[in-house]
Amino acid sequence: MLLTSLGISRTASILLVIIIIAVVGGLAYYYTSVTTGPKYPSKPITFIVPWAAGGGTDRTARMLASLLENMTGWKTVVENRVGGGGTVGHLAAATAPPDGHTVGIITFELSTFYWMGLANVTYKDFKPVLLYNKDAAAIIVRADAPWKDAIELTNYIKANPGKLKASGTAKGGVWDIARIGWLKTAGVDPSALPWVPSTGAAPCLQDLIAGGVDVCTCSLPEAGPLIDAGKVKALAVMDDVRNPAFPNVPTLKELGINWSFGTWRGVAVPKGTPDDIVKILHDALKKVIDSPQWKDFMSKNGFGMAYLPPDEFGKFLENDFKVVGELLKAAGYTS
Amino acid sequence: MDLLTALQMVLQPHVLLSILLAELFGVFVGAMPGLTATMATALLVPFTYFMDPVAGIAMIISMSAVAIFAGDIPAVLLRIPGTPASAALTIDAYQLGRKRPVSTLGVDLFCSMLGGLTGSLILIFMAPTLAEFAANFSSVEYFWLTMWGLSMAIVISAEDPLKGVLGVIIGFMMACIGIDPVYGYVRYTFGRLELLSGISFIPAMIGLFAIPELLKQISNPKERYVIKLSMTERVFELVKEVLRKFKSVVLRSALIGTFIGALPGAGADIAAWVSYGVAKRTSKSPNEYGKGSLEGVVAATSANNAALSGAWIPLLVFGIPGDSITAIALGALMAHGLRPGPMLFQRQGTLVIALFIVFILANILMLLIGYLSIRLSSNILKVPRNTLVPIIAVFCVIGAYAVNNSLFDVWIMLTLGVTGYFMERLGIPIPSVVLAIILGPMVEFNFMTTLIKSDMNPAIFISRPIAAGLAVLAIFTWVLPFLRSRRRYVEGDTGKLGT
Repeated sequence: MLLTSLGISRTASILLVIIIIAVVGGLAYYYTSVTTGPKYPSKPITFIVPWAAGGGTDRTARMLASLLENMTGWKTVVENRVGGGGTVGHLAAATAPPDGHTVGIITFELSTFYWMGLANVTYKDFKPVLLYNKDAAAIIVRADAPWKDAIELTNYIKANPGKLKASGTAKGGVWDIARIGWLKTAGVDPSALPWVPSTGAAPCLQDLIAGGVDVCTCSLPEAGPLIDAGKVKALAVMDDVRNPAFPNVPTLKELGINWSFGTWRGVAVPKGTPDDIVKILHDALKKVIDSPQWKDFMSKNGFGMAYLPPDEFGKFLENDFKVVGELLKAAGYTS
Repeated sequence: MDLLTALQMVLQPHVLLSILLAELFGVFVGAMPGLTATMATALLVPFTYFMDPVAGIAMIISMSAVAIFAGDIPAVLLRIPGTPASAALTIDAYQLGRKRPVSTLGVDLFCSMLGGLTGSLILIFMAPTLAEFAANFSSVEYFWLTMWGLSMAIVISAEDPLKGVLGVIIGFMMACIGIDPVYGYVRYTFGRLELLSGISFIPAMIGLFAIPELLKQISNPKERYVIKLSMTERVFELVKEVLRKFKSVVLRSALIGTFIGALPGAGADIAAWVSYGVAKRTSKSPNEYGKGSLEGVVAATSANNAALSGAWIPLLVFGIPGDSITAIALGALMAHGLRPGPMLFQRQGTLVIALFIVFILANILMLLIGYLSIRLSSNILKVPRNTLVPIIAVFCVIGAYAVNNSLFDVWIMLTLGVTGYFMERLGIPIPSVVLAIILGPMVEFNFMTTLIKSDMNPAIFISRPIAAGLAVLAIFTWVLPFLRSRRRYVEGDTGKLGT
């Protein structure tokens, strides 16, 4: 060896090498942690979307990511982790390394997985960043239906249990829970309006105009074209205020049924992510959703704009989880 | 006046350039197994946000049209359907391609264009009428329609209708895996999250079609090339023959395709199967089907491109997308402030006309891009077999992985590939299995939801006029092959002579 040839003993030379490595390594570690430690992001940020490319969640996520990239210069990647009714993507986001470089787009379905017995992933596995979208459910019927408003419809359902059928999404999906909550709040047994599962709002609206079902509980923008075409009408929206794009549709609360419900989308990171990273991410995303481009995109697409900061989003998630659980239990869906 | 303004909107350099670029992208997407026109549309949509509406929507229209054609390229050359819409013609096209790959693709291209044009013309002139008719379809009608589609699985099985039924049952069983779409019960997943949404269709399709052929190629290593490429073969040399013999097949398939495309929930893949089955049923030489029938290829490829245009009918008229591509295109339309529905035609009439012009233009330009892609892609056959077979295997793996970014899907592809090999050896028709995987969930879902609507009273299945008509059609198509093979049997025929 080089060192022994210089007259240093073998043991000493081995020790020396170890010391040098330790010092250099330690210094390198110290300096990198000092210089890159607080710097976030240090690599591209991956957004995990639990639904297929082209759907509403995917479209909003891609817009969010591309505006984030434009406004901050950070690199972003959108990855669709599809399958298992949304469980696969939510799980992937919840179990990613908690360093803020993998960010989950979380959706309403997160509140249902546990209750429906699909997967053991809940809001507790995430640290919320922000909520960016909420779409309220509406009550849609055929244009020639005899009911003038939601109260008449509710009374008809109460007087003729089982006669009408409703649809809008899968069993236990968001529009189904909207129906259960609406009827329960109005003092009607939810089973008086049986639920016909559908694969989404569009097939349900098709079934509605074809005469297959009588009521659809989907969002107003989804029914917009058919309202224009004079094929269907909206009796009420399950929101706190009227939808500005549909000013003639009253809220259920105005009609005396104190119930509002809808789907939502938000951003969250794995549970162990440091708070300062959550803050950096939140501040950057907040700028995005305040931008005119984002607002223009959301309103043209008919997505409802919403915002909740991390702590309030957390409380919102907790409450949504509880309400959904109670309603699913009341409907006998939980397993 | 409107027409002139619309023409001016389309015939701008940047719009034409967008169409050309989108078509090149479409070739790539369609020809790569595992990448579908639906996925590509989803990737395109964010780009269209930053373009003017005509250019943006034109990109989606032209990309998807070319992708559906280009899906036939690997089907002909390698027996891998590039997109699900090519599954119906894969076996025949590949058999034809073994002798004349380039001109088979030429026929594909030409008929894709004719189908696309027919579909576009119907979209332009009959959209409101067809949309009104399609609006009558509830789950009862869909149940019978999918049952009728399923009967094609028996029609298309060449040798023995019973083996076709067996294929359907195998496909049905595979389709049962995952969350049951009606009550939400979890079935046959063995606790695997990946199986919750069922066996992914595209990996299954790649495995069932491509892997058996690869295994066959390995076990028969004598020839140097998978397919011999002839230098003198011209792309459009078969077109004249097709136009002479199969004019009516093209037209009928395009009409069937447009109509099925216009029904929400049924798209280009089902359209191709149904017109293939109808063509076989009415063919003078049904025995060639499954062994390289030009007529069968013509029928399927005309229909899938027609369905693409048809799918825009309910989208534009009622805002209800006709297939998965238009479901995404709806987002692009909305992003440009174009709300579909009758108001779109009134408020944005010029723009709608411009889009119609794009439909025609995109299908015609497809001829040029398609020609180049055929010339280019057929070179892959110059690769010697011992190099090409591993390359195809890599394509299969990547394609299966790319759909959901999931390694699990690669295993599904490989497992079903080996299963498919043995099914082929046993004479169980793979197309029947694939068709059942597509239609199985739809049959089940429409059957169950219909019964829920009627409080489990089965009378509902024939209670509506269109449903009753479709029921008669479906039952007739189901029973006929067995009556025929029975008659053959009675006449002392072994049942195999006829095929």
